Amino acid sequence: MDAHISVQNLHVWYGNLAALTAISVDIPRHGITVIMGPSGCGKTTLLKSFNRFLELNDTTRISGTVAVDGHDVYAPGVDVTAVRKRVGLLAQRPTALPMSIFENVAYGMRIHQPHLDKSALAIQVQHYLEVAGLWHEVAQRLDAPATALSIGQQQRLCLARGLAVEPEIILGDEPTSALDPISSRHIEQKLLELKQRYTTVIVTHTLRQAKRLADYVIFMYLGEIVEAGPAQQLFTNPQQERTKEYLAGVF
Amino acid sequence: MGIFEIRSDAGRDTRPASARHRQDAIAQRWSLRITFIPLIVLGFVAIALIVRAWPILQTYPLIALLFGTVWKPSAGQFGLWPFITGTLWVTSVGVILAVPPSILTAIYISEYAQTRTRLIIKPILDVLAAIPPVVYGVWGLLAVVPFVESVLVPGLSGALGFLPLFASNQPTGFSVLAGGIVLAVMITPLIIAVIYEILHTVPNDLRQASLAVGATRWETIWRVLLPYIMPGIIAAIVLGASRAFGETIAVLMVVGNVPKVPTSLFDTAYPLPALIANNYGEMMSIPLYDAALLMVALVLLVVVFIFNLIAMMILRRFVR
Repeated sequence: MDAHISVQNLHVWYGNLAALTAISVDIPRHGITVIMGPSGCGKTTLLKSFNRFLELNDTTRISGTVAVDGHDVYAPGVDVTAVRKRVGLLAQRPTALPMSIFENVAYGMRIHQPHLDKSALAIQVQHYLEVAGLWHEVAQRLDAPATALSIGQQQRLCLARGLAVEPEIILGDEPTSALDPISSRHIEQKLLELKQRYTTVIVTHTLRQAKRLADYVIFMYLGEIVEAGPAQQLFTNPQQERTKEYLAGVF
Repeated sequence: MGIFEIRSDAGRDTRPASARHRQDAIAQRWSLRITFIPLIVLGFVAIALIVRAWPILQTYPLIALLFGTVWKPSAGQFGLWPFITGTLWVTSVGVILAVPPSILTAIYISEYAQTRTRLIIKPILDVLAAIPPVVYGVWGLLAVVPFVESVLVPGLSGALGFLPLFASNQPTGFSVLAGGIVLAVMITPLIIAVIYEILHTVPNDLRQASLAVGATRWETIWRVLLPYIMPGIIAAIVLGASRAFGETIAVLMVVGNVPKVPTSLFDTAYPLPALIANNYGEMMSIPLYDAALLMVALVLLVVVFIFNLIAMMILRRFVR
């Protein structure tokens, strides 16, 4: 397997609380990896270790390595903004920045490519809005405040904003949990389209969504990985008792 | 006796339900009445000031009082312009000096500081806000005035004295600048506290949305947070200005109190609150003197009231 993200012996503590214990797992390039498990099992913690979001909380302690293409993102001297540019995040709640629709998509480009001229920027913004499936809904009102969009549209806008800085990896932290069923379907559809080009890692607590999306599954329980493997194998022939119980809806 | 009946009967209220409800009604009625007292007091203060200021407003046109430049009560001249400009100068200098460091400090404690650092710095800033103004006044007298006199006048006025703003027209350190520095130190904790509170109402999702695309903290602050909280920053400045505008004793001790329109940072000033504090009660029986001072009090009340109203209206949209 060609591992895009390789986690070795990762431990995470929030204060004195161990959130992740001895996590080692490889996440394959391209395709969708779904991290699932009951709430509080460390899914989101594992996800946010990939783009170094854990350190936003200053009581967090981290040990171990998370290598993207073989390079540990926690190594000394690594530029955290470069990590986050490569590893994009689609948050649980859609969060439009308090600026226009256009500026939301242009936001990261203005930071990483400050010399991009206006017309090039406009072309890029249109491109990523198209990729996110939002262009036709907003083409006539790019200067309108992004907060005026519906929640579902805002999540696609967030997708466009994330893609616009050209990441290799898309993280999704329960990206449809705040959305209505139709908007959720939209986002899932987009993620399925994008998996050809991006390594995608999605946290979900809904088994149905995991089954719809996953090529590869990581099942977690109480801060540890119980079982990980190709979706087909894990869903039809789980090896661990805990996995069987979870899939059967015991907890 | 079910399993939920675990209390003994010893401490139970044995009064009938109607007595308990009557007690509740009385508590509600009286707490409501007491709550209205501040409003009533404000009303009485305003009415009293209007009534007592009325004679001078009938004698002279308001324009002549506000823009008159000669203050000689014994000669019947009540020009307030020197005091109004004195107040505006001192307040403006105080606000201009206070705002940039206040914004940066609020940003530091809210956005950059570790939790532990914040837990140390924040209470210290809150204590600064609680220091009695007279203490700042004494500090101004002992430290700021000599500093202005021996360092800033030779330094700034020596280098930039050709500009009217920095001209040195009198030999002491009692000046607009000394007043402004003291005020800046006094209102900084207030402005920091307000901006800090506003930064705390900003959803973390917003910060993370920016950081997630690889923005630095400063880019997040500059491009997302500051534009978002700009109305709140303005409200914080208005509150600081309102506090500075009405501040009496600390300013009075360091500005020299000469009723002359200032034209330079190093001129003396005589702000409106100082005018009242220095003279009320020692007006002899000069006609209209009392009315003139109470008109000044009315002006202060109205201006501070309006400033605070504006700030509150802006801040309301940040309440979560």
